[in-house]
Amino acid sequence: MITDWIAALGRHALGMLRALGHHAFFFWELLRTLPVSLRRPRFAIAQVHALGNLSLLVILSSGLAVGFVLALQTYYALATYGAADSVGLVVNLSLVRELGPVVTALLFAGRAGTSLTAEIGLMKAGEQLAAMELMAVDPKSRVLAPRFVGGIVAMPILALLFSAVGILGAYVVAVLLIGLDAGNFWAIMESGVDVRRDLGNGIIKSIVFGVICSFVAVYQGYEAKATPEGVARATTRTVVISSLTVLAMDFVLTALMFSTR
Amino acid sequence: MPSEPVSTSSAHANLPATDKLIEFDHVTFGYDPASTVLSDISATFQRGKVTAILGGSGCGKTTLLRLIGGVYPVRSGSVRIAGEAIDTRNAEQLYKLRRRLGMLFQFGALFTDLSVFENVAFPLREHTDLDDAMVRDIVLMKLNAVGLRGAAQFRISQISGGMARRVALARAIALDPELLLYDEPFTGLDPIAMGVTANLIRKLNDATGSTSLIVSHDVQECFEICDYAYIMAAPGKVIAHGRPEELNASADPQVRQFIRGEPDGPVRFHYPATPLAQDLGLAAGSR
Repeated sequence: MITDWIAALGRHALGMLRALGHHAFFFWELLRTLPVSLRRPRFAIAQVHALGNLSLLVILSSGLAVGFVLALQTYYALATYGAADSVGLVVNLSLVRELGPVVTALLFAGRAGTSLTAEIGLMKAGEQLAAMELMAVDPKSRVLAPRFVGGIVAMPILALLFSAVGILGAYVVAVLLIGLDAGNFWAIMESGVDVRRDLGNGIIKSIVFGVICSFVAVYQGYEAKATPEGVARATTRTVVISSLTVLAMDFVLTALMFSTR
Repeated sequence: MPSEPVSTSSAHANLPATDKLIEFDHVTFGYDPASTVLSDISATFQRGKVTAILGGSGCGKTTLLRLIGGVYPVRSGSVRIAGEAIDTRNAEQLYKLRRRLGMLFQFGALFTDLSVFENVAFPLREHTDLDDAMVRDIVLMKLNAVGLRGAAQFRISQISGGMARRVALARAIALDPELLLYDEPFTGLDPIAMGVTANLIRKLNDATGSTSLIVSHDVQECFEICDYAYIMAAPGKVIAHGRPEELNASADPQVRQFIRGEPDGPVRFHYPATPLAQDLGLAAGSR
């Protein structure tokens, strides 16, 4: 009985290691194709445009909503201590350090990531990738690499837009609705936010999240079973794996970037 | 029981080595260790000829084509092209080989995000440095050959299944490859398109000196245009091979059944099952 349990545990651990190794090899293969793929940058640029457009509306509207709520909640909390003037600073730091990169990555995984996985999975199901291989065209270089690069480039742009719109939303609530001083709202933000430490680290985070979300999306699409059910499962896995990895990596990056020791 | 092949391998074995473009030497293959799709296949495909590989569904015809493209490694035996054994682990060799072949897929495998024109232009843009004007001329000529020049700007979603197969044919011949693999080229085509496609395959082969392999179960269409044919049967075996007239005259019951499309013979139409009356509850004493 106990030996069965240990054997099952061992099988599970070996399976995990095998999957991890497969991911690592795939990632390496993808990186190896990048130089060839980037010789024709128009494919990657088209993907930045496509993926950016795909997520733009949901990112902007979410950014605005988050800005509204964040300003309101921060005002309620800070007003208790007579520090309501700091709303702008708190909102800004929350957005550029955390919420901008993280929420953008989660939304990107749900909107553009699933679309990427489904597109590549359906190409596989329709034998388009096999056709490419038999035409001596490497699908990793021609299909996967431009989409991978497109996601990495689009993510920080979308995260910056999310934060910018969020700050505007906070301005609307804090200054126009609640009546805080506009000059103070912007001034405290300017003096309290460090471009390199806060904004720079936020951008680095969103680039890392871009790598994670794009890689998971193209990997799941490429490895999807070539059936409707297989593609559906792969898109679900894209959202789950991307989201959990982004949240875990956010903790690690925050600990590394903003340590006060 | 299936008997000896109509023509033994001697007809091809005596040819000069240069005439054998593709050789299967005792090839066994399965997609997983538990199954065998091709069982000890030996076959030779001559350079410059049209060879048909005929057989019922699921007998391993398409798999045979994929092994030529180096998509899968064989379990045992070897596949040689122009005397060189295919090594699926050697990416450089594979890509070099694949540049010499064109394949028409069973379901077209067209790129759905590209137009008809761009699908045919794809191999030209990937493998040549031709300018746009030259690419345009070649694409229009290839589309004209399959009767679809007027549909050049259509999306793939706007064309019918039969048209899609003709576009796929135009794409397969875009680079005038040395070896052309056709996987079920006549499926889904109306009689006019079928006749035109069959003639096109033959004419292309003769005009460019290429070698063509047609996988199909349309016996008469293939016999009209091929120089030589192999007949396969499950589980992945060659049961006969020879020139069309030799196969037509074959006395082998399995070959005769397949060529004439007879329902009764060595190959049973029905998958093994209990009697229908028993399944329907009509057998004596079942109610």
